[in-house]
Amino acid sequence: MPTKIEKDIYSGRDTTGHEWDGLKELNTPLPKWWVWTFAATAVWGAAFCVVYPSVPSLHGHFQGLFGYSTREAVTAEVKALEAQRAKVLDRVNATPIEQVRKDPQLMAVATTAGRIAFANNCQPCHGASGEGRPGYPTLASDSWIWGGKLADIQQSITYGIRSAHPDARASVMPKFGVDGVLKPDEISAVSDYVMTLYGKGQSSPAAAKGAVIFAENCVACHGEKGEGKRELGGPSLLSAVHLYGDTREAVIAQVTNPRQGVMPNWNTRLDAGTIKSLALYVHALGGGE
Amino acid sequence: MTKLGKAAPRSTQAQMLSENGLYADRVRVYPRSVHGPARTFKWAVLVLCLSLYYAMPWLRWNRGPGRPSQAILLDIGHERFHFFNVEFWPQDIYYLTGALILGAVSLFLVTSLVGRAWCAYACPQTVWTDLFMWIERRIEGDRNERMKRDQGPADFAKVWRKIAKHAAWLGIAFWTGGAWIMYYADAPTVTLEFWSGTAATPVYVFTFLFTATTYVLAGWAREQVCTYMCPWPRFQAAMLDEHSLIVTYQGWRGEPRGHGKRARDTAKTLGDCVDCNACVNVCPTGIDIRDGVQLECINCGLCVDACNEIMTKTGQEKWLITWDTLTHQKARAEGKYDRFHMLRPRTLIYVTALVLGFAIMGYAMATRAQIDLAVQRDRAPLFVTVRDGSLRNGYTVKISNKTHEATDFVVSIKGVDGAGMAGTEDAEARLPMLTLTVEPDSVGTFRVLVFGRPTRLVDGSQEITFSLRNTLTGETANYHSVFMGPGGRATH
Repeated sequence: MPTKIEKDIYSGRDTTGHEWDGLKELNTPLPKWWVWTFAATAVWGAAFCVVYPSVPSLHGHFQGLFGYSTREAVTAEVKALEAQRAKVLDRVNATPIEQVRKDPQLMAVATTAGRIAFANNCQPCHGASGEGRPGYPTLASDSWIWGGKLADIQQSITYGIRSAHPDARASVMPKFGVDGVLKPDEISAVSDYVMTLYGKGQSSPAAAKGAVIFAENCVACHGEKGEGKRELGGPSLLSAVHLYGDTREAVIAQVTNPRQGVMPNWNTRLDAGTIKSLALYVHALGGGE
Repeated sequence: MTKLGKAAPRSTQAQMLSENGLYADRVRVYPRSVHGPARTFKWAVLVLCLSLYYAMPWLRWNRGPGRPSQAILLDIGHERFHFFNVEFWPQDIYYLTGALILGAVSLFLVTSLVGRAWCAYACPQTVWTDLFMWIERRIEGDRNERMKRDQGPADFAKVWRKIAKHAAWLGIAFWTGGAWIMYYADAPTVTLEFWSGTAATPVYVFTFLFTATTYVLAGWAREQVCTYMCPWPRFQAAMLDEHSLIVTYQGWRGEPRGHGKRARDTAKTLGDCVDCNACVNVCPTGIDIRDGVQLECINCGLCVDACNEIMTKTGQEKWLITWDTLTHQKARAEGKYDRFHMLRPRTLIYVTALVLGFAIMGYAMATRAQIDLAVQRDRAPLFVTVRDGSLRNGYTVKISNKTHEATDFVVSIKGVDGAGMAGTEDAEARLPMLTLTVEPDSVGTFRVLVFGRPTRLVDGSQEITFSLRNTLTGETANYHSVFMGPGGRATH
């Protein structure tokens, strides 16, 4: 409460009666409508607490008069959105994959769905943007073991590589060293030859000897000049992209005791529409044929 | 207050509080009508501002088929602001910043020269309040009549006038709120939709909102807005100084004020002020200008007109209340003359800032590009090795086509050896340039793959420049980006 209301001699106005170390404040009354407006906001706030969920308790909170819930509102919105999306996704499913690629609207939907599915399923091995890593193929590049056309990619995803599925793509490189097909010096020679194919080795007597061994053992799958054979899953040795590395040691290791990567058949885990979207997304990463 | 002023016996504190109050009642202001140059000027500005506001949305402007035909249109749905032959995009927002800065500096300049001219004549609060007061006067009569009737009983003569006044106010408020909407949508279309009930919900909501604010602010709140809500009266003190022209009561001439005879030989010599209160009665904010400069004064000068009327009647010299500066008044009071100081550091700085601002804005407007290129490089993967051993980098190229026709743009690159480009349609191609078509008045987004064998990589990256050329106009734009390869810190 004010204690000593005085009249200010300079302005002729009253003080509020408060004093701080000799400083006094003039009474400048607030307009009453302002006070009422303030009261109205307080009433509004109280009403809001009654109408909407508000006061917390030990086991939950007051639900509000009309049971409004932001969670339910979001769920309803998401449902509405899904219903809206379903129309376009149905069209993606019903359209042949080559046709989807030519339709910008469907393509936008498919690649978005594909991007999400890729992040959820493919990223652990192939990398966030299909950049691959040693032993796991790069999908963003134009080098393909089993083919880079839409149908090829779709089939690879559906049935997998060396998966248990009967329609899986499978190729087996013989264990030339472990099974004793080639002796270590022969493996060394053929590796020298392969390094020349990689553009990293120089022609030498060993490489010439290796070329002969190559012609006898490798051309069936890798082709006469190492160009690869897709129908057999024989990788090209002329490409600059190498699944298991491009050093001489890596080549020797792969000839002696080859690693054989496995990709699961996704048809048991993903629906056909998602696989289609994935194929379109992977194709559009930049290397699609 | 008057009681206390007369040293009333000091009662208990509680009683004093109830007399004085921490909260003030609204004192109703009943401004009297007045005639004179200030009033005439105020009417002229009012008519000009209101006609501009109500008529502008109806002004047509031919932009060709399929394009909006409204001269001023803030098309939020399509993210465009049409202003006659200029078209602003959202990325032109800095023009708005510029315009606001120029507006602020203009306000500073005007205030430092002639006081609160904005508040007095051009502020929407002033303009609409003035209009509403005029209506009030037409229906309820002038000051004395209104005061008398407000204190009288609620008879028919009072009630119909009140109803008519509020109906007229609401009508104008509705027209004002409706006109606001027309700046955001095609005026004839939105009017038709509004009355046929087919307009979008926001149209009705905003029309109602601006009807309500106009009615409340101009009809009811009036001077309370200036006194209690508006920040400008609070910091105008920083712009005003002793050389600013403000509405001034010439106290040295007027005091001591009084009603008596003004014969020079009487012992009690009176000043020119006859204390008729005409200046108080016409004031739209209800203050007494004779108390000096005060926060509530909007500098409209209606008291000048009122006083001149009285001075003419009493045969005294006019301009007892006038526009003058504090230094000038001080000199006059001492019988000297002081010239006006229009050119002062403050005004010169404001003028310089204005000229500079207008020059920069003018230059920016004149050289405004119709083309814009932005290139975003892929974050992952940074680069990809392809079969033939060259490196591929992916970029998202965004081309803004601000012209009104579909245009072919040629994109070329510089800076990377043996570089070629491919769109996503044919990823095998290695083209020296790409031709990309962008729809009129829109932004085209393209994914461009660049293949190259970079030889000058530093930390795994080297510069690459994208060049864009409009094939129709020849206008060009460049964008500097980088081409990534092995050896960068990120790839180790």
